[in-house]
Amino acid sequence: MSEPRQFCTMHLGEHLFGVAVMRIQEVISYQEMTVVPLAPRVIGGLINLRGQIVTAIDLRARLGMPPQEKGALPMNVVVQAPGGAVSLLVDQIGDVVDVDEEIFENPPETLTGVARELIRGVYKFEESLLLELDIDKTIEIVAAELANA
Amino acid sequence: MDEGMDELLAEFLVESFENLDQLDQDLITLEQSPDDLGVLQSIFRTIHTIKGTCGFLGFSKLERISHVGESLLSLLRDGVATVDQEIASALLAMTTAVRAILVAIENTTGEGDFEYLDLVGELTRLEERARNADVGAEDLSDVETPDGARVGELLVLGGAASEVDVAIGLIQQQDGGDERRIGEILTEASATSADKVAEAVALQGDAKSAVADSTIRVDVGLLDELMTLVGELVLARNQILQLAGDTQGDPVFVQTTQRLNVITTELQVGVMKTRMQPVGNVWNKFPRVVRDLATQCGKQVRIEMDGKDTELDKTIIEAIKDPLTHLIRNSIDHGIEMPDVRKACGKPENGTVFLRAYHEGGQVNIEISDDGAGIDVARVKSLALGRGLITTEQADKMSDREVVNLIFLAGFSTAEQVSKISGRGVGMDVVRTNIERIGGQIELQNRPRAGTTVKVKIPLTLAIIPALVVTCGGEKFAIPQVSLLELVGLDGDARRNSIENVHGVPVYRLRGNILPIVNLHEQLSIEASTDRHSVTIVVLRADDHEFGLIVDEVNDTEEIVVKPLATQLKNMNSYSGCTIMGDGKVALILDVTGIAQRSRVLSATGEHSNSTNDTESVDAVIEKESLLVLQVGSNGRAALPLAVVDRLEEFQRSSIEHAAGREVVQYRGSIMPLVDVCGALGYSSVYESESDQVQVVVFSHGGRMVGLVVERIIDIVQETFASETVDSRFGMIGNTVLQGLVTDLVDVHEVIRSMIPEFFTTQTDSIETGRYSHV
Repeated sequence: MSEPRQFCTMHLGEHLFGVAVMRIQEVISYQEMTVVPLAPRVIGGLINLRGQIVTAIDLRARLGMPPQEKGALPMNVVVQAPGGAVSLLVDQIGDVVDVDEEIFENPPETLTGVARELIRGVYKFEESLLLELDIDKTIEIVAAELANA
Repeated sequence: MDEGMDELLAEFLVESFENLDQLDQDLITLEQSPDDLGVLQSIFRTIHTIKGTCGFLGFSKLERISHVGESLLSLLRDGVATVDQEIASALLAMTTAVRAILVAIENTTGEGDFEYLDLVGELTRLEERARNADVGAEDLSDVETPDGARVGELLVLGGAASEVDVAIGLIQQQDGGDERRIGEILTEASATSADKVAEAVALQGDAKSAVADSTIRVDVGLLDELMTLVGELVLARNQILQLAGDTQGDPVFVQTTQRLNVITTELQVGVMKTRMQPVGNVWNKFPRVVRDLATQCGKQVRIEMDGKDTELDKTIIEAIKDPLTHLIRNSIDHGIEMPDVRKACGKPENGTVFLRAYHEGGQVNIEISDDGAGIDVARVKSLALGRGLITTEQADKMSDREVVNLIFLAGFSTAEQVSKISGRGVGMDVVRTNIERIGGQIELQNRPRAGTTVKVKIPLTLAIIPALVVTCGGEKFAIPQVSLLELVGLDGDARRNSIENVHGVPVYRLRGNILPIVNLHEQLSIEASTDRHSVTIVVLRADDHEFGLIVDEVNDTEEIVVKPLATQLKNMNSYSGCTIMGDGKVALILDVTGIAQRSRVLSATGEHSNSTNDTESVDAVIEKESLLVLQVGSNGRAALPLAVVDRLEEFQRSSIEHAAGREVVQYRGSIMPLVDVCGALGYSSVYESESDQVQVVVFSHGGRMVGLVVERIIDIVQETFASETVDSRFGMIGNTVLQGLVTDLVDVHEVIRSMIPEFFTTQTDSIETGRYSHV
């Protein structure tokens, strides 16, 4: 596991998250969304991706973060999932970076709640910390939450 | 084998498999109606084609089998023998053998090792038996084109040969034992030229393949690719549309964009339609399955089908084939009883398996019913206990319905003996898993001793359905048109007054029937838009119950492409799917049944009544008759059935004009005669009162309208009532007590006819129009 992996980074508020590049289908700018009434807040809406309907997950809501400022338009990070493509709504898309397992560390013990489940670990860059997101869990628990809703 | 040969072989296989499917069905039909010559011809042709082609391709085994089959068939065709069960079984066995060989060819390009000697022997035996049974019959095994015009006829028609020459040639051929073809005989006799014969033969071929030419085979993968491309095109189109809207410049550009828009939409719809197939494509195999199984079990079963044309996406059709076959097997093996048992129960000896497919609420429902024994609840319970699937405690608490659903548990099989057909321990649980895998649901209705119905609900992935597009809170929603009954628009005063409530539940009176009202805003927790001038009620039906859904605006009807909801939203019962609208935006498709259930649970009274109770109460209300209560004269009360009333209107007294000595008003672009119901019933005439307005009850019949002028419309009541006759005057059916007051029941048609004799054209019409349902 020492070979470097590539991550796509994204900004959510002051945090920097990363998702393995291999899982990402594409990154697109803001798309008009159809709201799904009655759906939990984590469901941002539905977008039309070239004739394919993709569910957008509000990553801020998913991670229990406050919503973005009014008027700010989120970007879509479309990831591949077993049930079809899913879009993650993020504030801003970052870069593609190479990471080394050597700078990886498990999330701190003090991290609790939803974030604990969704954040796999932390890559310590000099200027910032990159939080690795567990995509499968991010998408999966949405389904569970929905059943309770 | 060279490439050309490969292609030929592949084509032969595809065509033959298709023909065999048809053959199975034809043979079943033939067994039931042995005299159907058309079916016989079709069977004969199929076998003949297979025989001819495989001879050419060098498949000797296949050729031998089809040859003996063909010989037997030719006897049948010529009426020498008739189809009985023995012959039918042999022929079906032949198609099975042919299929097996074809599969072997497909997989290995060889014919397989099995020799089918028994089958060939059986077919030959039957052929000989048939031949001997009818010694006197002519042997007409000469196989000339069984359908369409003969070469001779074509030559005569084309003027290339005379009728006499052809007749002589034919006699020579039949009686003289001349084995040459008619064309050759004629050419030899110089009755026509060889060119003309060739032309006629070609003509004959053309006529036969005209149907085949209108369709071509396309690889499904190619269609999928096309689909994706069309999706991309739609997005590009949308962007260009936006651009054209922004620039507002070059009119040529705008025009071209619009054209692009239209073409793209049409292309999209067209490509999607190519993937749709009628469910009948799967069902066509079932008559054979049913016949074979029934014979094996010693039962008598027939199969009936309804809704064969219901279209489903190809992938779904493929996916439901096995589960449906399994369900049919279950019906025959476990459901339908042996003939003597059926007789003892007073049922016809012939059991029936009934297949039905229809669209409902954006889904396709497929029902498999049988009139067999149904499921023995007690036995299922004891078996489940025996297998440790449930505990005694659980068993005691379970409803019959829950018990029946136990058969969906893995490892459950109720067959006493594990039979050859079903009951191998991989039963209904596999069926359910397969149906659920494609996003479907399965429901079981059990009627002890009367049969079972299995209802399979399948989403229409990619299916195209007509839908009504409505707006609510700024978002667009699609409502499948199958659930739609009608639209009611209420303006102005009508809006405020016509939505009433029964014990806190909003209702609307639709032609005298109480219609529960559901507000889409409330159901979806969307903010209602204010300051609307009108209310639109979309009248919907869900599981046999009608209700009205209030929406902001009705936009349009559109053919929509149904897409399944993402897994993250699967549990939301308010939506059955989503779709992409013409403008590229995603719209949710409302699940009418889901909304109905949801709204009943969350009724305004706050009672969390279960839906069945609630439905009953709705029924009870509807069973009462709605009456329109009127004031007649200065103090009389009269009532008439609301069901016959078209509209209630108010006119200015000054707008009443006269035509042909009658009072009339101009109404909706035509002249409507008025009938003074008060005067007719012997009260003081309406026209004597002094108010500026007159209230009119409008009836329409056969495109004509008439207005009943009344003093005042008092109320609409929902009552069950009994009519008593205090005094039977003209124009009245009797009297009753409504709201504590004696009220006359008006005989509407008698009143109208007395004033306008020509209004009802026939007696029967008038009875239809003016009736009370409970008097």
